[in-house]
Amino acid sequence: MCGIVGLFLKDASLEPKLGAMLADMLITMTDRGPDSAGIAIYSGSGEGRAKLTVQSAHPGRDFANLDADLKDAIGTPVLMLIKDTHAVLEVPVAQLEAARSALTHLRPTVKVMSAGEGIEIFKEVGLPKDVAARFGISKMGGTHGIGHTRMATESAVTTMGAHPFSTGNDQCLVHNGSLSNHNGVRRELKRLGMTFETENDTEVGAAFISHKLQSGDTLGHALEATLTDLDGFFTFVVGTKNGFGVVRDPIACKPAVMAETDQYVAFGSEYRALVNLPGIETARIWEPEPATVYFWER
Amino acid sequence: MQTFDLSKDGLRALNSSLHALKGQTNMTAWEVINPKGAHAIAAGVDAPVEITVRGSTGYYCAGMNKQASIFIKGSAGPGVAENMMSGKVVIDGDASQYAGATGRGGLLVIKGNASSRCGISMKGIEIVVHGNIGHMSCFMAQSGSVVVLGDAGEALGDSLYEARLFVRGKVKSLGADCIEKEMRPEHFALLEDLLRRGEADHKAKPEQFRRYGSARKLYNFNIDNAAAY
Repeated sequence: MCGIVGLFLKDASLEPKLGAMLADMLITMTDRGPDSAGIAIYSGSGEGRAKLTVQSAHPGRDFANLDADLKDAIGTPVLMLIKDTHAVLEVPVAQLEAARSALTHLRPTVKVMSAGEGIEIFKEVGLPKDVAARFGISKMGGTHGIGHTRMATESAVTTMGAHPFSTGNDQCLVHNGSLSNHNGVRRELKRLGMTFETENDTEVGAAFISHKLQSGDTLGHALEATLTDLDGFFTFVVGTKNGFGVVRDPIACKPAVMAETDQYVAFGSEYRALVNLPGIETARIWEPEPATVYFWER
Repeated sequence: MQTFDLSKDGLRALNSSLHALKGQTNMTAWEVINPKGAHAIAAGVDAPVEITVRGSTGYYCAGMNKQASIFIKGSAGPGVAENMMSGKVVIDGDASQYAGATGRGGLLVIKGNASSRCGISMKGIEIVVHGNIGHMSCFMAQSGSVVVLGDAGEALGDSLYEARLFVRGKVKSLGADCIEKEMRPEHFALLEDLLRRGEADHKAKPEQFRRYGSARKLYNFNIDNAAAY
């Protein structure tokens, strides 16, 4: 199964509550997939700043003096915020790639969850309520976010196999379904220079879209291309720095419900996920059509 | 009137109370409040009672219904009235995928739209949809009738058996072995009755509909197609 939630805020007064709203939505979807859970939250990090969210199985060892070591490597101060197994490293935008590359030498076992000006991804094996609590998701503000709770069908139940997958700066994707041609598409994307962390089908979907965006396609075109080039079942929800998008395969057996008010656009695998949102009683509620691309950008 | 607050009393308590009403009962009117998209609300009821659900429901509401009249004052999630045997289910809003799937009897009325696979593998249920229906609706539908006041999505009635399909609006495409058929007097009479019982007689007239049914070419193995297998 898997459960997906997404929230794109139009009303800035809700921004401080984004994490709390999204965590509540995701916890409601727990019985759609109790293996692992993850959340991507987008919030501005300030003028000219970027964030690298990293994960370690041994945070005590790996995160000790990481900020100082990175500062020595890239020559500018680094702000580090440790949250359980993850750490958010804030650097100047211009130093983001240098920091990422230095990290691979300084802490080879640390994994990059996300990189970009807005995005932070937190994901782990476990129930949504535990994962949300470990990372303090409910206290986080932001402009938009995506959450996922996984029932694994392809590849192992591991931190790196959890969603969201991020394969490009400020990009992420979550998936309900299973892709059947992911091995072939992965080989082709590798040939084109994309890199992969797992054997997971969803990571291929994410990298497919990232590659299209890197090649200059719009988010809308990239999402449309999934309909012709990816085979299998999918409801995808995709996040970018400025917005989020939704696309379902032509068979559309993986459920999806959307709600829109003047304050937000929300996505849920089921209506249950949306029932506590403000003004849901009068929201416009609909199911995204199969093989149809939707996206909202600010 | 028995009022049941699902957020306080829980789904199991509701469904066991409803299951205990076997056959005749003097507790004929039930109201369920705070459904909040919960699954399997009033599934498996077998009693001539009226149940009003005040809000939207999740998966499988009114599944396997026998005898009861169930009114959903909101929208319904996937599989509403799945395998209904008899009775009536009326949805004020929209219905998600596979509404009325495998239904053997009873009447399902959807006042909004129904999404994909409405009436899939139906076996005698009657379905009246005031709005549109999605793709692959009535796939392998065996018997019963479907009335759609709006449009039908792709592959309507694919591999259809003997169900009768009536669509007022556009049909995006017909599935394999589904063809348009002539409207004869008995079909106008059937439609008139279904529109009335489906609370749609003020919205549409029988003569506005087209009828679709099986070409019956997939019923038997055709030796000429042997090479295709």
